[in-house]
Amino acid sequence: MKVGLFIPCFVNELYPHVAMATLELLEGYGVEAVYPLEQSCCGQPLANNGDSVGACAAAERFTGLFKDFDYVVAPSGSCVSHVKHHFPWYIADNADFQRLQPRVYEIVEFLQDVLRVDKLPKPVYFPHKVSIHQSCHGLRELQHASPSELMIPYQSRLERILQLVDGIEIGLPERRDECCGFGGTFCVDEPEVSVAMGRDRVAQHEATGAEYIVGADSSCLMHMGGIIRHNGRTIRPLHVVELLTGRGGAA
Amino acid sequence: MKADNLYHPDAARAFLADGARASWHDQAIWFVRQKRDTQARQLPEWEELRKLAEQIKAHTLSRLDEYLLQFEENARHNGVTVHFAADAAEHNRIVHQLLAARQVKKLVKSKSMLTEECGLNPYLEARGIEVIDTDLGERIVQLRHEAPSHIVMPAIHLKKEQISELFHEELGTEAGNNDPTYLTHAARANLRQHFLTADAGLTGVNFAVAETGGVVVCTNEGNADLGTALPRLHIASMGIEKIIPKLEHLGVFTRLLARSAIGSPVTTYTSHFHRARPGGEMHIVIVDNGRSDILGNPDFYASLRCIRCGACMNTCPVYRRSSGHSYSYVIPGPIGSTLGPSRDIKKHGSMAFACTTCGSCSNVCPVRINLHEQLILQRKRVFDAGALKPAKKMGLLAMRFLTRHPALLDGAGKAMRKVVPILPEVIKDSTAWSRPGRELPEMPEHSFKELYRRSQENKQ
Repeated sequence: MKVGLFIPCFVNELYPHVAMATLELLEGYGVEAVYPLEQSCCGQPLANNGDSVGACAAAERFTGLFKDFDYVVAPSGSCVSHVKHHFPWYIADNADFQRLQPRVYEIVEFLQDVLRVDKLPKPVYFPHKVSIHQSCHGLRELQHASPSELMIPYQSRLERILQLVDGIEIGLPERRDECCGFGGTFCVDEPEVSVAMGRDRVAQHEATGAEYIVGADSSCLMHMGGIIRHNGRTIRPLHVVELLTGRGGAA
Repeated sequence: MKADNLYHPDAARAFLADGARASWHDQAIWFVRQKRDTQARQLPEWEELRKLAEQIKAHTLSRLDEYLLQFEENARHNGVTVHFAADAAEHNRIVHQLLAARQVKKLVKSKSMLTEECGLNPYLEARGIEVIDTDLGERIVQLRHEAPSHIVMPAIHLKKEQISELFHEELGTEAGNNDPTYLTHAARANLRQHFLTADAGLTGVNFAVAETGGVVVCTNEGNADLGTALPRLHIASMGIEKIIPKLEHLGVFTRLLARSAIGSPVTTYTSHFHRARPGGEMHIVIVDNGRSDILGNPDFYASLRCIRCGACMNTCPVYRRSSGHSYSYVIPGPIGSTLGPSRDIKKHGSMAFACTTCGSCSNVCPVRINLHEQLILQRKRVFDAGALKPAKKMGLLAMRFLTRHPALLDGAGKAMRKVVPILPEVIKDSTAWSRPGRELPEMPEHSFKELYRRSQENKQ
């Protein structure tokens, strides 16, 4: 099994340790993972701002880079959702993409659905309370958990995978899956609304008594982290792969 | 009426300047979302109902011409006069002619977003006809000379103290008496006089049943009933998308409507109008006003399934923190942010960006409109129409270029990591990212690509 490591452009620049943890996790389970050095951006920022020419070119480029891997795995629900669910807006007829589409996974999905893991490569002891942050695209487009709006049985991938960590206590914020307000370029198009939403979200995570906010998207964590630091709060954002590789304490 | 150049980010910033009030607005509307959840949870078949409603509406829209003709024929058979209006101007002209021909001086209206869309009130007032909105929330915003901020709760942006002040000035209630029951009684007494002296009543339409030719109006205040029971002339205004094929389909929608809208099992009044009462007249005005254009657009036709419950507004985190008055189109929130740009991409384009694409709206929608996806698709139209702000357009074209040239993208990323840490605080604080109170992320020494490349070299 050969996995193509898909690292979102901003994770590459700003959160190299999240990318490293993803690679380490895959290798820890004995998976051969390769990071194609020619990758740039999946084009979601272009698509979400209406640049269909740019989004289409990015989708074709991405498909060309990753088409020969057995699987493509990324530490971001949002970027994976863009590839799986929004690339068809631009390149639905691309035969390479049609074959690639079902093989693109967010890392937690990949661990649970493909590798079917029931323990971590190296045991992790994390005697802290965490509050789960469901990022919207992972939640509502990839069904990582049951969204609070839908009247369907409750499930949550993040809660399930965190059961593999020893000593951890898991909490959910009030309004368990309200958006944090990041929203891609929304965060600078509508900065006041974005920060107002983020402040509320941070306060709800804090109210659980958690020391950490754990999520599967660095973008939401970056946004909440910026608000946390601005206000001198102590709660810390943490990507789930950092936690699963024992990097939690360093945050 | 809303200002012509309303730009969502600016209006939202102004709304959020009063933090306590914005927080109250968010919580008041979130409470309605919670009530909706409680009601929906009590129906084991909730998700099935949503699918059924979606399918009935989708089917109807696929044969809308046939159902409209069937509805018209059955309504005429019942003795109702049916008028078709191609646009807002024709709708207003028809209504005015009906009123003028009968020397109507005063019209009582129940809630109708269509007449807001058409600008009927100012049109009639300019022609000497007094128009009284009789839904309590609509009456409040009418007295304040402003637009509704929500399609189901038109005055949800106001606190009871403001309503007390308004009623003191307009209706002569005691100054400083903020008791909601007292204020509601005062409005009721005042409205009762208008009901008794009106010459005509106009209602909106929630559902028009093709099979029977009847229309159904759902209210919680009974104002549509009083407004049609007292005056001799009843005019019902409806958009072409209000049709459902059969009476047996109605229950699917009435079960969803009030639960989705306000978290009640059903509206207090679900009134069926099939014909004029003895001695009276009933007219139905069926309005297109751009709907046919939406129907012909594969990306957006699903927006015509909307039953105007407002659930997408209640769940929208951006709506709750910016209020309906921050949106340029008459209908705010997620559904308005696809309908508005469909009508006028240049004027309402900014609405499509007032969205984090969180997708909560699509999930609460009782007819399963893909709202958040439609907003992304509307942004394509904004881009293609050249309606993006120049700085943003430049940024996107640069990003488009860098996406094709990874070495240059990496260079730009590296430059960012090196430059940001040495920027003066005053510059950092002035960025859109930092200005409202958010620190820039810490810049790592190396990108993942640099680290990965190095580790590969070490392995070799």
